[in-house]
Amino acid sequence: MATGGTRVEVKRERLGTVGGTDGLRVKNLNAHQLLRGGDIEGPNQPAHLDGEELTRYVEERVLTTTLDSAVAWARSNSFFPLAFGLACCAMEQFQAAGPRMDIARFGFEAFRASPRQADLIILAGRVSIKMAPIIRRLYDQMLEPKWAISMGACCSSMGVFNNYALVPADKFMPIDVHVPGCPPRPEALMHGILKLRDLVQNDPEAGWRERYDAVGTEERP
Amino acid sequence: MPDATGLELLAKDLGDAALRTVYFREQATVEVDPGRIREVLSDLRGRGFNFLASVHGVDHYPEEPRLGVVYELIDMRKVDRLTVKVRVPLDTPEVDSVTPEWPTADHQEREVYDMFGVVFNGHPDLRRILMPEDYEGHPQRRDFPVGGEPVIFTRDESKWLEHRE
Amino acid sequence: MAGAPRVSPAEDTTLSDYRRREQSVTLSALEEPLPDSGGDPTQELLTLNFGPHHPATHGVLRLLVTLQGEIVRDIKPIVGYVHTGIEKTAEDKAYWKVIPVVERMDYLSYYFNAMAYCGAVERLVEVEVPKRAQYLRVIHLELNRIASHLIWLGTSALDLGAVSIFLYCLRERELILDLFEMSSGARMHTRYFQVGGVAEDIPSGFAAKLREFLDAMPERADEYGAILNSNEIVLQRLRGTSIVDQQTLLDLGVTGPLLRATGNPWDLRKADPYSSYEDFEFNIPVGTVGDNYDRFAVRLAEIYESVKIITQALDGLPEGPYITEDRKVALPPRHELATSMEALIHHFKLVTEGFRVPPGEVYNPIESPRGELACYVRSDGSSKPARVHMRDPSFVNLQALAPMATGSYIADMIAATAMLDPILGGIDR
Repeated sequence: MATGGTRVEVKRERLGTVGGTDGLRVKNLNAHQLLRGGDIEGPNQPAHLDGEELTRYVEERVLTTTLDSAVAWARSNSFFPLAFGLACCAMEQFQAAGPRMDIARFGFEAFRASPRQADLIILAGRVSIKMAPIIRRLYDQMLEPKWAISMGACCSSMGVFNNYALVPADKFMPIDVHVPGCPPRPEALMHGILKLRDLVQNDPEAGWRERYDAVGTEERP
Repeated sequence: MPDATGLELLAKDLGDAALRTVYFREQATVEVDPGRIREVLSDLRGRGFNFLASVHGVDHYPEEPRLGVVYELIDMRKVDRLTVKVRVPLDTPEVDSVTPEWPTADHQEREVYDMFGVVFNGHPDLRRILMPEDYEGHPQRRDFPVGGEPVIFTRDESKWLEHRE
Repeated sequence: MAGAPRVSPAEDTTLSDYRRREQSVTLSALEEPLPDSGGDPTQELLTLNFGPHHPATHGVLRLLVTLQGEIVRDIKPIVGYVHTGIEKTAEDKAYWKVIPVVERMDYLSYYFNAMAYCGAVERLVEVEVPKRAQYLRVIHLELNRIASHLIWLGTSALDLGAVSIFLYCLRERELILDLFEMSSGARMHTRYFQVGGVAEDIPSGFAAKLREFLDAMPERADEYGAILNSNEIVLQRLRGTSIVDQQTLLDLGVTGPLLRATGNPWDLRKADPYSSYEDFEFNIPVGTVGDNYDRFAVRLAEIYESVKIITQALDGLPEGPYITEDRKVALPPRHELATSMEALIHHFKLVTEGFRVPPGEVYNPIESPRGELACYVRSDGSSKPARVHMRDPSFVNLQALAPMATGSYIADMIAATAMLDPILGGIDR
């Protein structure tokens, strides 16, 4: 083909020197020139940018951050929840993964079956005394960093059944976010997960009192 | 549900194994001597009640004999139900197991044992089924406390521990 | 403690025998050669633990499976990992307050739990449920049956590998949960059934939305049938696997779609009708062979039958009160509290103490999506029940897993568990 055989016409051209509307228009990716602003050729060629304008030009196009924030952003936007449902709350967890309240649009649809591959455990349902050591073992098998959401009233605070058979989840493992409800709506579960996402991204005091400057309105003990 | 007279006739047929009959809200119950439960159920199976729907326990505290086991039978051809009841005192809570003839009673008798402490003689594998196997106590007896635990949230732990000390 | 020799948990004599067995991790304790294999290491029985946390067991079911190669030789289910003490909690609360507690037992068919319990208490108190309330109950029960079958279908298809059906079923279930939210305010565990009727009348717009749903549902069910019935993998996995004959199932006390798949048309809605089921015309789908495919087909067909029942109930919905007029049992309507002194007193008594129930025992069975769900209530004359026991169908049906799974492959065991439709909340209570 290079010598012109097989009835293919070969036209040799020099890159970077072609102008006009037909033929191959190749941009010479010269970073130095791009940073200076504008096109390399053509009518839009501005004057070279300097100082303030250059800083602004760069800031509009390049994002800088610390490595910690970048890692936190990545971690928070890709939780791998453990596919773990105990009781009724698991049904609402399914609905949260379902088509209407789609958990996948936030990036959390990869429910892993193995605790070694998961970093978020959503305790969906009531924790009985027989199940508590097993959940602790699962939580121990998860790799750092890991978070836990206690979904529903039963595992957060014994719920409807305050009796001999149940254990509150905080007794044997640390919980980051409690989602109240019996069972909580998928929207409520999403709210809890997004709060956890904020927690991981910013580590703020996400309470409404700080946000709305209402400090001093706490209930008196 | 055989009507009240049908129930009396049935009790007469069962002979001295049947201690009492109760016909309440269109439901027929025969109370039976605990030692003869297996032959009574076989007899009833011969009469058409060939489906054992449920085996469950009751605690009649404070009446004696305290622990009861209730067997629900169905006659599928005539669509009839019959309840057979057995009562045992707390110090000798032993009943013959009906599992060899009625395999459905396997898990259900284990549950009665777990929750009430009724020991079923002849059961192939009498262990606790709902509570952990080394749990002590029989939860659904009336004098067992309901229980419950105080809840401390993770973020409050430090404050709660300070408060304790 | 630094100088003490470290005892492994398997030999620690201070632990109970059960805990020691649990902590032992050497597989040599679990492998044993078959008696007639002559010590051949390729003929060993291996006991595996399908632990409570497993993606393919429906809920926290633990299975101890003894395998010879890939063939299941013995299977022992271990349950109790969601035991909530519902029956004990129910003894502690007034009759009215037991309804939300008992609803959370079989957490996919919550209306059925409430129906069994309310039916039992209504029999004890001898209160009559008005006709409109019965029809409303039937509508909600059949909607719940469809919702339960949809989750069953979704999770079973997920086990078999057909992932998209899960999302389709959840989409339909959202429509049903919307209807529940319209009538009672909550999506699950709605506390809609009360002793004597239903808590509130259906709002305007409910009937129209329900009709839309009823028009759409049969087509959607056709979609599921079309997708699964032409899927070679699903057919191969379900046809001819886990066949159990009818007499074994009857001996094991199995009811519901499992029994109907073997050809026995035992359905309490037809055999012993309750709550106006005798007014409706519907068929009972029944299988022929008793394999996994029949169980699947029976449940799929039941969805169509439920749609028929709801349509008839909606068309024939009578006017009238939605709860009994007996003020000793049911709360008076709010507008009466301002004008009638008796209504105020009744309201006060019902809310603080609750109604008293004459002493006696009652066993009330209904047909839930999994089989015979019954509630046994024993009353001693006070305002709290002395014993509430729910005879849960999954608890008894679980005993059928052993004959279904032994002698077949692990994959068939997974399919059998899926077709068994166990709900661990009901099993463990």
